[in-house]
Amino acid sequence: MADLDLNNVEGVYYDVLKEIGNIGAGNAATALASMLSQKVDMKVPRVELLDFKELGEAMGGEEQIMAGIYLRIEGDLQGSIMFLLEEKSAYTLVGKLMCTQVTELDEMAQSALKEIGNIITGSYLNSLSTLTNLTISESVPDLAVDMAGAILSVPAIEFGMVGDKMLLIQTAFTDDEEINGFFILVPDLPSYSKLLRALGVITD
Amino acid sequence: MAEMIKVGMADLKLCISPDSITTLGLGSCVGVAIRDTGNKVGGLAHVMLPDSTEIKNNSNIAKFADTGVEELVRQMEKAGARRNMMVAKIAGGAQMFSFQNSSSPLVRVGDRNVAAVKKKLQELKIPVKAEDTGLNYGRTVEFYPETGDFVIKAVGKPVSKI
Repeated sequence: MADLDLNNVEGVYYDVLKEIGNIGAGNAATALASMLSQKVDMKVPRVELLDFKELGEAMGGEEQIMAGIYLRIEGDLQGSIMFLLEEKSAYTLVGKLMCTQVTELDEMAQSALKEIGNIITGSYLNSLSTLTNLTISESVPDLAVDMAGAILSVPAIEFGMVGDKMLLIQTAFTDDEEINGFFILVPDLPSYSKLLRALGVITD
Repeated sequence: MAEMIKVGMADLKLCISPDSITTLGLGSCVGVAIRDTGNKVGGLAHVMLPDSTEIKNNSNIAKFADTGVEELVRQMEKAGARRNMMVAKIAGGAQMFSFQNSSSPLVRVGDRNVAAVKKKLQELKIPVKAEDTGLNYGRTVEFYPETGDFVIKAVGKPVSKI
């Protein structure tokens, strides 16, 4: 299985990727709860392998304004991870963290949002690392607030180098308000095989 | 009734006046709008990557600047457009994140997309009449083959027409 093709990610591979999504998002919810010192529930994540054309719609339209936090993954796995939030959810989260009402993302709020992204993606990657025994570290977070389509173009281009579909993990966290978040994990192609091998899906 | 046709990411479509054509939320991708100034046959491509020859999995020709522009022109010619009457306008190619960490393969991918589109258009002898490219924000574009108007919308910025 040297030549892994993302377009043929089916059956067991897909199930494994889905399960990583579940566990990772669960850990992220726990991290979020301890950050906000309050109970956070999580809906069962939806994991979908989507055509680029369908991406925008899955997020509520290409022009929906979102905050995207992007980090490079380094170590045994190479690639990137992105956490996306609806603009309103981003305000809610930052507001809770800073104990104020947030209506615009000034420098302080942006830095808080990057930290939220850092913690959430970090806990996601942690669970992945524990599950696979692979060493995974992440770079400093980068933030963009813009149209969903424009932000998604970045991971889409990365996926575009290996295939025509993108794996999207959608999670909804709830406390008193629902917070919609999306994870996108983009391992580069050699890392995919490494990941699936570490999980015992591929055996040599 | 004139319709507005929608083009997705890594996609391309034809558009004949009085219809118009749009693609939403261009980030580092580039929107290439071409029309025949005489008979108003037009089209729009939303390309993601500069070079199809660099990538092994390149079956979706609309995904790449080189093959995408070529295919758009081919389909337009089939629909009656003439090469020597064609003009182009382009938008997009932004760098959405600052990428302090330069190990990303995506550093300057927007610039490279724009350069690849221009190179292909030059090869095909189609002049670029106007562009709104680069910088660090997303763009929605609407193209009207009747007039050649290329309308660009961005978050928190006034609508512009090039």
